[in-house]
Amino acid sequence: MSGWFANVDWSEIGQACLDTLAMLGGSLLLTILLGLPLGVLLFLTSPGQVWQNRAVSGVLALAVNLLRSVPFIILLIVMIPLTVLLVGTSLGVAGAIPPLVVGAAPFFARLVETALREVDRNTIEAVQAMGATTRDLVFRALLPEALPGIIAAATVTAIALVSFTAMAGAVGAGGLGDLAIRFGYQRFQTDVMLVTVVLLLVLVQFLQMAGDRLVRHFTRR
Amino acid sequence: MIRLENVHKAFASGHAALAGVDLEVARGEVFGIIGRSGAGKSTLVRLLNGLERPSTGSVAIDGTDVASLSGEGLRTLRRRVGMIFQNFGLLSSRTVFDNVALPLRIAGADKARIAERVPELLARVGLADHGAKYPAQLSGGQKQRVGIARALATGPDILLCDEATSALDPETTRSILALIADLNRELGLTIVLITHEMEVVRQVCDRVAVLHAGRVVETGSVAQVFLDPKAAETRAMLDEGGDHGPIAFDGPIVRLTLRGDAILQPVLTRIARETGTDFAILDGRIGRFKDASFGQLTLGLAGGDTAAALAALRQHGEVSE
Repeated sequence: MSGWFANVDWSEIGQACLDTLAMLGGSLLLTILLGLPLGVLLFLTSPGQVWQNRAVSGVLALAVNLLRSVPFIILLIVMIPLTVLLVGTSLGVAGAIPPLVVGAAPFFARLVETALREVDRNTIEAVQAMGATTRDLVFRALLPEALPGIIAAATVTAIALVSFTAMAGAVGAGGLGDLAIRFGYQRFQTDVMLVTVVLLLVLVQFLQMAGDRLVRHFTRR
Repeated sequence: MIRLENVHKAFASGHAALAGVDLEVARGEVFGIIGRSGAGKSTLVRLLNGLERPSTGSVAIDGTDVASLSGEGLRTLRRRVGMIFQNFGLLSSRTVFDNVALPLRIAGADKARIAERVPELLARVGLADHGAKYPAQLSGGQKQRVGIARALATGPDILLCDEATSALDPETTRSILALIADLNRELGLTIVLITHEMEVVRQVCDRVAVLHAGRVVETGSVAQVFLDPKAAETRAMLDEGGDHGPIAFDGPIVRLTLRGDAILQPVLTRIARETGTDFAILDGRIGRFKDASFGQLTLGLAGGDTAAALAALRQHGEVSE
């Protein structure tokens, strides 16, 4: 056994797993907290909706598209000054979270907007016709109706974040991606590469299954 | 109760959905608005609860200009105006009970009130045992019943029906229309119903407006518009699938319209015996409006004393040549 995985330091792998999970958990939580309201705002300000506003919707769309068009590896570097300002360091788990959130939140917001568009037009009108405030409309109708779609969006975003964390590893964030690059790639330690990739696969597989199960649980159609 | 004056509505795209509509709906009547798709019916009905605003003109309910309302004023009005939809508009993520309870929750009703009112409403539409189901578990007719229960939750005095039966089969349509007629009778609800089906108008409406290209081309009682249409657009709509073209008949042709109990009389054979005139039935329809029967026949007269026959026909119904 030790012959096959001679280069693998299991305690280092364990630490890298924890780092990856911490980056993923922290950034996913913040991405949802920022992306969900942004997605709702994108939807509400779009033409034909209750807060339709060409200017606001145009500015939001531009900001979202701008952030989504920057390759993540560039975003990581460009964000360094802001990251230091926000969390005091650009290294480690804490240093990775701001760029991860900035990279993923616009993506998640777009997916949320798409999920909200799936809500039946008559349903929205029916709730408005009851005398609902916009707040009622969002919290009592739009979000509950779009919940399966929003969970699916969070699943896709979480998986995108897994690959983002691996990239963040390249600029000193730690985690499984960092191990894969430093040992697996740069030192040709194929066994380390294999172990990290398998662990990342297990993580992605788990996220997808959990997401699918939640979507099924909340789908009443 | 509802009054529209010179209402125009143009969308941002420049498309004019309504081009000068005047309309008046009296309290307690079932008022139909019929028109083909694209005639502006959906826009028109949405003006009545402020889902759409007129570009110019006024929309008033009991003297209150709907377009001038916003915020709490508009929400208060909307609680007086229930609405049901072609695709039902139910929340698929909520049970039937919660769907019906939603307007009450939005209006700030407490738990005890909701627990009391929702079963009442469900019983009213014949779904007493279905509260725990989700909409996906119901048939189309049942979904529309939930929609109706929900529209009634806040005790409105106006009910708007936006193609409410267009997604339903003919039998279910009849049962939903019967329910709507009951609500009109028992609760005194004023009902504005838009549809593209003449059948729907014939079954439940008291009066009807025919909408064509954003204008009202004809308004009147259902019997009047149905039996004696004035506008070409109305005639085209009535003739759908049954335009027989000019009739070649050698002799006088008249149209006889019978209403109410007159259709029960053996009119033609009696007149034929008395005057010696024979009748050819060239076209005809017999049916019921909301609360009256009617018969309308196109007759060809042959032989005998046709003048006496015409006079006799006039005693039983309206005759036009």
